[in-house]
Parts: sequence; C-alpha cells; structure tokens
Amino acid sequence: MNEGVAVLGRGGPWADAARRLRHSRLAAVALGILAAITLLAVLAPAFSPWSYDSLDWQHLARPPGLTAAHWLGTDRLGRDLFVRTLHGVRLSLLISVLASALSLVIGVLWGAIAGFAGGRIDAWMMRFVDVLYSLPYLFVVIILTTLFQRGSLAVLLAGLSAVGWLTTARIVRSQTLALKRREFIEAARATGVAPMAIVLRHVLPNVLGPVAVYATLIVPQMILFESFLSFLGLGVQEPQASLGNLIYGGAQEMESAPWMLLAPAAFLVVLLLCLNVLGDALRDAFDPRERQPS
Amino acid sequence: MLKLALRRIAGLVPTLLVIITLSFAIIRLAPGGPFEQEQALAPAVRANLERLYGLDQPLHVQYFNYLRALAHGDFGPSLRQRDFSVRELIAQGLPLSITLGLCALALAVLTGIPAGIAAALYRSPRTDLGIATLTALGIALPSFVTGPLLALVFGLHLKWLPVAGWQAGAPRYLVLPALTLALPVAAYLARLTRASLLEVLRAPFVRSARARGLGATRVLWHHALRPALLPVVSYLGPAAAFVITGSLVVEVVFGLPGTGRYLVQGAIDRDYPLVMGMVIVYGALTLLFNLLADLACGWLDPGSRHE
Repeated sequence: MNEGVAVLGRGGPWADAARRLRHSRLAAVALGILAAITLLAVLAPAFSPWSYDSLDWQHLARPPGLTAAHWLGTDRLGRDLFVRTLHGVRLSLLISVLASALSLVIGVLWGAIAGFAGGRIDAWMMRFVDVLYSLPYLFVVIILTTLFQRGSLAVLLAGLSAVGWLTTARIVRSQTLALKRREFIEAARATGVAPMAIVLRHVLPNVLGPVAVYATLIVPQMILFESFLSFLGLGVQEPQASLGNLIYGGAQEMESAPWMLLAPAAFLVVLLLCLNVLGDALRDAFDPRERQPS
Repeated sequence: MLKLALRRIAGLVPTLLVIITLSFAIIRLAPGGPFEQEQALAPAVRANLERLYGLDQPLHVQYFNYLRALAHGDFGPSLRQRDFSVRELIAQGLPLSITLGLCALALAVLTGIPAGIAAALYRSPRTDLGIATLTALGIALPSFVTGPLLALVFGLHLKWLPVAGWQAGAPRYLVLPALTLALPVAAYLARLTRASLLEVLRAPFVRSARARGLGATRVLWHHALRPALLPVVSYLGPAAAFVITGSLVVEVVFGLPGTGRYLVQGAIDRDYPLVMGMVIVYGALTLLFNLLADLACGWLDPGSRHE
C-alpha cells in the first residue's frame, strides 16, 4: 500500500490535497490542539505524583485550583482528576484509533472484493452489509459488549469495529466499481494477473484517497461510541478511567461537585470538535467540488 | 403511490426476519444464561425453570416456537421480571419513549430547517462563521454531555425546569430531555438545509425565475424550497433512527421510565425475550421511519417514483 501512496504522491491528488490543507487555518489550529492533547495524555501521567487509581485521603472531593495539590480537583475517593482525565483521553484515543483501523481494514477488503468480483458474490456481500445497516447499530454494540465479558477491551474493540466497517465497505465498493472499467485494470487482467493480486496491487492504492478522508471522520465517531458505552457502564470499567465513565461519575455528583463533570466533558468536546474540523478540512482538501459552503 | 407504499412495506418483512434471526443467534451464542447469575439454583429447580420457558429444547425448535408466537403478537414472558410479559413491559414504556422521540424530532425540524434557510438567505462572513461554529458544536457534543450540562444550568442553577425524573402528565419533565435529543439533529439539519438551499439558489431555473421578474420571496417558496428540501427530507429517516437509539441514553441521563433501560438491563440479565422484543420493536421503528422518509422524497421529487 505504501508503494501505491508514493506513486500517487508524485501525481496530482495527494500533493494538491496537502497544499489545500495547508491553507486551512482552522484545520491547523485543530491539528495543533489535537497534538497538544495527545502529547499531554501520553506524557503528563508520567510526571504527576499521582496515578489514575491512587487515593489521596487528605483531599477528598476537592475543587480544582492552580495552587491546589490537584489541578483539576479530586473525586469522592480522592483520586486526581487531572491524571484520571488524561488517562481517559489516552484510553479513548487508543481504543478508537485501533477500532477505526480495524474497521477500515475489514471495510476496504470487503468493499474491494465485492466490487471487483461483481455479480452474485457482490450482491450477496452487499446485501449482508445492507442488513447489518438496518440493525440499530448501537443495539448491536450494546448486545455484543454486554453478552460477551463486559469490560474486556478486546470485546469493546470487536463491537466497535463490527459497526464501523459498513460505511467503509460501501464507499470502497462504489469506488472499485468505477475503477473496474478503467484500461489499466483491463490490461492487468488481459496479461493474466490473478484477481486477488489485481485487487491488492491496483484497486486498493487507488481507493485510498476517499478512505483516508473517511478515516478521519470515523475516529471521532469511535471516540463517541466508546465513551457512550462506558457512560452506560458497558465499556471501560472502574478503576480504569475513560472519558465516558468519568462523565457518568461526574453527572452523579454534579450538584455538589460540578468540576467532576466539567473536566472530562471539556476534554471530550474539544477532542471531538478538533477531530471533526480536521476531518471536514481533509474532505474539502481532497474533493473541493463537494465542499460544503461553511 | 399507494401501491408503491404497500410494496415497500411488504419489502420490510424479510429484512425484519433477518434482524430477528441474527439477534436470536447472537444472543444465544453468548455465554451465560438467565438463571446462572444469582446464587446458584438447585439443578432440579433450574431444570424445571428451563422446561417451563422451553429453554431445554434444541435451539432451532426454540427459534421456530419464538417465530410462531411472534406471528400472533406474543413476545413471550420476561424471564427476570416475574409476572410481566415482554409485551406488557414494552407497552408500559414505549408511549413515553415515542413521545420523547417525536418531540425531539419536531423540535429539531422546527428549529434546524428555518435556521438553515435563514443562514442561506442572509449570508455574511459573520453569520457564516456563526452558523459553522454552532453546527459544529451541536454535532460534536454527545447527548450524554449536553444532557447533564443542560440539567446543571437550567435545573440546578436557574431552577427553571426539573433536573430529572418523571411525573405523568407533566410536560415540564420532557423539555430538557427533548432538547438534549434534538440538538445534534437540529444542528445537522441546519447545515444540510443551508448547503442545499445555497446550491439550488445558484441553479439556472432560479436565475431564470428571477429574470422573469418574480420576487425573491415567491422564488424561494414556489421554486427553490421544494428541491432544496429533498436531501433534508431523506436525512429525516436516519435522523429518526438516531433519535430512537439516542433516546436510550437520554432516558438514562434524565431517569425517564421509558423502554431504553430494558435493553441494557435485559442484556445484562440474559433476559432473552426482553432483549429480542426490544430489538424487534426498535428495529421495526427504524425501518419504518426510513421508509417514510423515502416515500416523502418520492412525493417531493416525482422523478424518483418510477425506479
């Protein structure tokens, strides 16, 4: 796949997109904030004297303050909310990036094979996608994560990916259908290249553009799903912190200690907002015709 | 048109059947069972319970028994909430859930679409930036964040509305939940309406209408709005599905006694008939709303009727 990207990079679309992206000031700001949060999430817990599950009995449910022992305050058990929130950001990012990657791989392969095979195979494969589409997707994730070992990260990943790959598969299939009639594919087929090799070598590199755009839009969706599940108590379990279960905990205490809700909520909102802005900018960069006037 | 509608409704049945089969399989493949979680039951008692509910029979027999009962409108008994049938449980909660969903959808349509139209008609750098920021925020904020925040502001600080809970016949309790649920949909509708109307206003037929001397208002109402609303109406199907599933979390946030809690609780309890009933009811609602949106599109756009 790298080879494909390199080949395209020399040509127009990727260089064009990169140039247009650099001109978007909003996207640059979003990228900067994202990088800062990610860096903070990876590094800060290492520098703090507290860990995500250490209890500080001297400071129970303390409000935040710059001079206080705990910048973002503590929860009812005296756990440092700054560390817990960043821990949650890290876990949410990790899970959603992994789930996005997994659903992209499944979706790209499924869509490319269905589109390239065509005929009855295509019809059955896409019918399967349609049926899964018509299931209320949250229900599927909820049922999957509840029934199989609650709180296990592997199950959470599987549940998230199970719904994430559907749209990718559709996008890739329609791209593949358009590609199939092009001369270079026909030439490859005429010279006797095996179908699977054509899919891997010629189809995949050419559908990567739209997939890259969709990838940036799927990550915030996954963060949303993950925190949603953790909010319902079905995802990440205590004492592990995720943005979802921190917000749930904060909502329980919001009458007496609003900071317990506001701290993780602010991080989640900024994270989602930046990812969405970045995704929109990327979509505009790749396809200026479909730009939504905004 | 009626024939088309009937044919499309009939087309939903196989899809629903696949949904039923798939969820039946997933639920039964999962480890654990409805009578395994509390302290262990005596083997004889458990065997009797399983025989009572027909759980001792082979899986395919259970499946066909379930389908046969379903065809008569019988969702079976709840395995954990003794003395209640699944139909009773759902019938108790569903009116509230549907009221909440419809209120949210109506709120979103009544605010989102006019806001989008206004944003398309009165363009200036400042309103453009304002609407972009607002819609981006509305779409990015998940309801389990906006819900508690709204409750914090309007319930705890301003004390205008109840923080949570439900009293029958008191619409005050529905205001914050409906608002929470409507926000992302309204934001998306506003963005969609604005983009689509701007595109239509640039179209040649609008320019020629203006050239014939028609006023801006007349062109908007008689010519531009109908085609501009097409993508908006087709989004209403997915929007309804979003509201239906979203009501789940909003009901949890605001402690409303709708049907939302049954899905999670039922799945945790391995209450097979209850989970199946919820999936079927919510799945059917989703399909139905998508169909309604499709039909509305056909009504707005004569070209798409004869596919």
